[in-house]
Amino acid sequence: MPEHLLWFIPLLPFTGFLLNGFIGRKLPRSGVAAIALLFTALPAALVAWLWQYMLSTGTLAITANSRPWIAVTGFDVRFAFTVDHLTLIMLGVITGVGFLIHLYSIGYMAHEEGYWRFFAYLNLFMFFMLVLVLAQNFLLLFVGWEGVGLASYLLIGFYWHKPAANAAGRKAFVVNRVGDFGFLLAMFLLIKHFGTLDFTRIFAAIQLHPGLQGGFLTAIALLLVVGAAGKSAQIPLYVWLPDAMEGPTPVSALIHAATMVTAGVYLVCRTHAIFDRSPYALGIVAIIGALTALFAASIGIVQNDIKRVLAYSTISQLGYMFLGCGVAAYSAAVFHLMTHAFFKALLFLAAGSVIHALSGEQDMRKMGGLRKRIPVTFWTMSAGVLAIAGIPPLAGFFSKDEILYRTFDSGHILLWDIGLLTAGLTSFYMFRLWYKTFFGTERFNEHDLGQVHAGENEHDEGQAHAHGVHESPWIMLGPLVILAVLSVVGGWVGVPAALHGHNEIEHFLAPVFTATIPGAVEAATPVESHAGPELGLAFTSVLVALIGWAAAWFFYVKRPGTLGEKTIGTSPYRLVSHKFYIDEIYNAVFVQGTLLFTRAADLVIESGLVNGSGSLAAFVTRASSSATRRMQSGNIRSYAGWLAAGAAVVILVMTYSVLAAHPLVGHAATR
Amino acid sequence: MNLDHSILSLIVFTPLAGALLLALLPDRGRTQQWAALAVTLVTFGLTLHLPYYFAGTDISTTFGSPLGFRFVTDVPWIAQPAIRYHLGVDGLSMWLLVLSGFLAPLGVLASWNAIGSRRKLFYTLFLLQQVAMLGVFVSLDLFLYYAFWELSLVPMAILIATFGRTDNRRRAAIKFFLYAFIPSALLLVGMLWLYTATGTFQLPTLSALAATHSIPGTSHALWLCSLAFLVAFAVKVPVFPLHGWLIDAIAEGPTAAIMVLAGKLGLYSILRFSFAIFPDQMHYAAPVMIALGAIGIVYGACMALIQNDLKRLAGFSTLGHLSFCVLGIFTFTVNGVDGGMYQILNHGISGGALFLLMGFLYERYGTYDMRDLGGLSGKLPWMVTLFVITALSNVGLPMLNSFVGEFLILSGSAQTVWSHHAMLWTTLATSGVIFSAAYLLTMIQRVFYADLGNISAERRGWDLTAREHIALWPFVALFLFMGVASPYFTKTLDLLGAPYAGHTSTLQSGEGQNATMDGHTNHMQPAAESVLKVNDVAFASADTRLLRSKTLSSANSQGAAR
Repeated sequence: MPEHLLWFIPLLPFTGFLLNGFIGRKLPRSGVAAIALLFTALPAALVAWLWQYMLSTGTLAITANSRPWIAVTGFDVRFAFTVDHLTLIMLGVITGVGFLIHLYSIGYMAHEEGYWRFFAYLNLFMFFMLVLVLAQNFLLLFVGWEGVGLASYLLIGFYWHKPAANAAGRKAFVVNRVGDFGFLLAMFLLIKHFGTLDFTRIFAAIQLHPGLQGGFLTAIALLLVVGAAGKSAQIPLYVWLPDAMEGPTPVSALIHAATMVTAGVYLVCRTHAIFDRSPYALGIVAIIGALTALFAASIGIVQNDIKRVLAYSTISQLGYMFLGCGVAAYSAAVFHLMTHAFFKALLFLAAGSVIHALSGEQDMRKMGGLRKRIPVTFWTMSAGVLAIAGIPPLAGFFSKDEILYRTFDSGHILLWDIGLLTAGLTSFYMFRLWYKTFFGTERFNEHDLGQVHAGENEHDEGQAHAHGVHESPWIMLGPLVILAVLSVVGGWVGVPAALHGHNEIEHFLAPVFTATIPGAVEAATPVESHAGPELGLAFTSVLVALIGWAAAWFFYVKRPGTLGEKTIGTSPYRLVSHKFYIDEIYNAVFVQGTLLFTRAADLVIESGLVNGSGSLAAFVTRASSSATRRMQSGNIRSYAGWLAAGAAVVILVMTYSVLAAHPLVGHAATR
Repeated sequence: MNLDHSILSLIVFTPLAGALLLALLPDRGRTQQWAALAVTLVTFGLTLHLPYYFAGTDISTTFGSPLGFRFVTDVPWIAQPAIRYHLGVDGLSMWLLVLSGFLAPLGVLASWNAIGSRRKLFYTLFLLQQVAMLGVFVSLDLFLYYAFWELSLVPMAILIATFGRTDNRRRAAIKFFLYAFIPSALLLVGMLWLYTATGTFQLPTLSALAATHSIPGTSHALWLCSLAFLVAFAVKVPVFPLHGWLIDAIAEGPTAAIMVLAGKLGLYSILRFSFAIFPDQMHYAAPVMIALGAIGIVYGACMALIQNDLKRLAGFSTLGHLSFCVLGIFTFTVNGVDGGMYQILNHGISGGALFLLMGFLYERYGTYDMRDLGGLSGKLPWMVTLFVITALSNVGLPMLNSFVGEFLILSGSAQTVWSHHAMLWTTLATSGVIFSAAYLLTMIQRVFYADLGNISAERRGWDLTAREHIALWPFVALFLFMGVASPYFTKTLDLLGAPYAGHTSTLQSGEGQNATMDGHTNHMQPAAESVLKVNDVAFASADTRLLRSKTLSSANSQGAAR
């Protein structure tokens, strides 16, 4: 019964988390590693079996239902998992790449303190990420959504001694919460209008009402975009991802490149039925994606920290995926998600290997000439660079080109231009990284390696065992090689018809993206006709990539330093190198704004209204009591006086009431 | 002799007997602690009788009343005026009893070393406080209820005044007492008016009368009376901006006292009395209360952000959580009311754990000031683990307890027809998730990460002791259990919540059935739906849901017109 096996896919890593979390402290490092690896390999094997099962039987979807998680009259949410072809691809990426990164981490983290903690968190992340993609309703997806945010928070702040790491972790969590705020509101609207959060029911209800277009669906879609933008680091919520590089490098590879950050893309694809009914929301998605792609790429050009370049590149590539979603080319977006997972994980892990070789150095200005020193890292990283730059026939070319072609085809010429420009920039900054790291002169002092950084903060990518430039052990290089192969061949499942391919991935995903919406069939089925333009566009983008490569070669190999001399100090350079001052603006407006507002509230409401009213009451009481106290003078004559006054008042009142009751007078009084 | 009809009296009076026992025992060694622990554990054990036998007992329903009570004891106490010794519980009060029972032994464990002198006074008052609290939850006679309500004030005020941590404690105690006492006078007037109008103090009778709109009196008088009730309860909750007493009381009070202090009494009383006796009036008050709830959520979270004192931070965090409950119950939707009730329980657990941990920290470092702490992560690994878990529960992380409540509340708030600006308030309230994450993570960072503070550097800290582990892990277990198995609790809460929202509860009729209610199909899914295919039931039900949403929105616009 395959549906029961679905539960084990996330629960196995969770078991690993519990084991390492509770007893990992007392285990030897090999024990910790064995537990973590075992409970990542088993779900990977299960997923492989699931692939085989679903392909061989032609099953489109498997659903496993369980007890309700939340149940009140008229509304319930169940623990329910479902696997369709979209989930299958996500599962493959998560467990496959996840397993490789676990393997790599064993070598990379070998000398770190808190080894068990690292692997416990990593397994926890796997658990939540698998829940995210398996969820059969919005709320369960949200569980994974928040959970991966938690794991990300814990892992970014793994080096808890470093204030920067703590601040980055907190920033990531809080910015993601802004996205969650949108996601939550979207769910509230869904409950209000559909009474359920179950994917099947909601999409069925939408399908049943062809007239349901825009309106509240647009509101829901836009709120979902807020959530997706938070998790996938899109404008305006991308600010957390560059800072998240404070975490260990395998974490950057797994969470902040290959899997978690793609959750936003997954969300849009999963809920495409809603987006299909709201062209407005789709347009917003496309614009956000294109702008983010260009914006992040432009910042990536001037970064000097090797991991930060990759971080901005991730944001930029996620922008491509959003662009793909925005033009309703969901399968192209998923395709790029998959290839990106391969080559970006590879790039991060290779960068980690470089950092490892240089005993913790991350600044590219202090690298150079590493080609001969760490050859395996060099060759694998080269595959990644070529793949992301869009050089055929590597993976990135096919997937990126598919998105660009679909953008062009849908008539968004301006967005296509932006995408093309970004492709050129991508190629430029990736080859810049490549040249600065592996070519030219060695700009590091081999003897100082490790010392400076070990002194500065020994937990910073901790390589406290400084012993010159060295290639990484095979437990780290093995995953690199596998990912390099995938980065080369991974795109071949999506060769378009124009290039005499079959675009298998699009056919594979077609049931997911056409199942619910009749109107979207034509948009999602492969377009066979325009082979000529498609070839032309592919040729253009390859040309642009080559121009970017040539420019990088010119400025960093042929005439190194020329570009730097001319630009550094100019105001555009400053603007870009300060990341357009976005962090500063956000800090001033949102963080300081909130604090200012709160302090004002503290003064006006808390001290004034809340406690002030109490003080006022106390004051009035005291004042009146001190007035009435004078009556208790102890003086018999004054008591007699009060007595007389009181009696007079009583008599007056009685007289008045008797008079008022008298018919004649009362009558007159009422007149 | 069936225990079912005497169990409530046993639960209420066991701590009273315990208090007498403690008063007689000598204040030497650890006698007082052990005795108090034994008494509270016995009480807790007795409260567990209720959920265990809840489904099997008879329901006592007054004809026409939407409320059904179980484990009822009803004997005359005073003939004229007609006051009865009338006890009974429903789903809500049962769980509140269990919660109070659960927190008490942990409160004793928290005070084990923290209270060094005058232990006899402390534990006796602590037990008396518990008597009052348990009494409030079981009383179905207004007069009896009022007696317990007033009794709850005195021990708490003395506890704060005597065992507070700074010189400000007396001021805080007086503030607490006055804030609670003055509105209580209003409540008393309201109750007496109600008695003269109807001739009864019995809640089931009153709610039956209210259900048929047959409480005598002009609408003006009823409105004033309901307001007297509501104001008294709102101060007790406290509802923003009536929280002046809360922050000082929490900042000063000893850990064990504040663990049981906030929220439960006031919110319970609103649900039990205001909603049952004055349903129409409460509907009119709903827009204001929804707004105050939403504002309180954001206000509490924002104020917590700028505190330097851990206890004051916890105080504002408490305000935020209670505002969630207020928002939820006044939406008068099933989701909102059920979620609000669930959140009362959650707050008791999550807030209690937070106070407990802060108390343990104080035992080590003698300060609640975050500027003096910092960098403790390396010294106290278990402490930081539990602090983080508790903070996550307070943040509302899915799969932990608070999330379920908050989610239901906010979704109810989006559905409500009683406020014209429901989405506005929902949006505001939901933004609280951002601020709550911000202040709790900032707190973790300031206390445990970064550099050592001046006090945390010089004092020798020690990681959690066995006693502290015993006090904390039950909380963690409950975070998880209440986070993933919420139907276990909500199925009894729903019996109260659904009628308040104008529905009939369908949860007791069995899971997995498609019960029909109010003309739309219930969304209990058929259990076996192994292949992802759209079935007809889903179509039909989604269809009716859409229709219903239209009628809801038309109801909303009618409301706007009114």
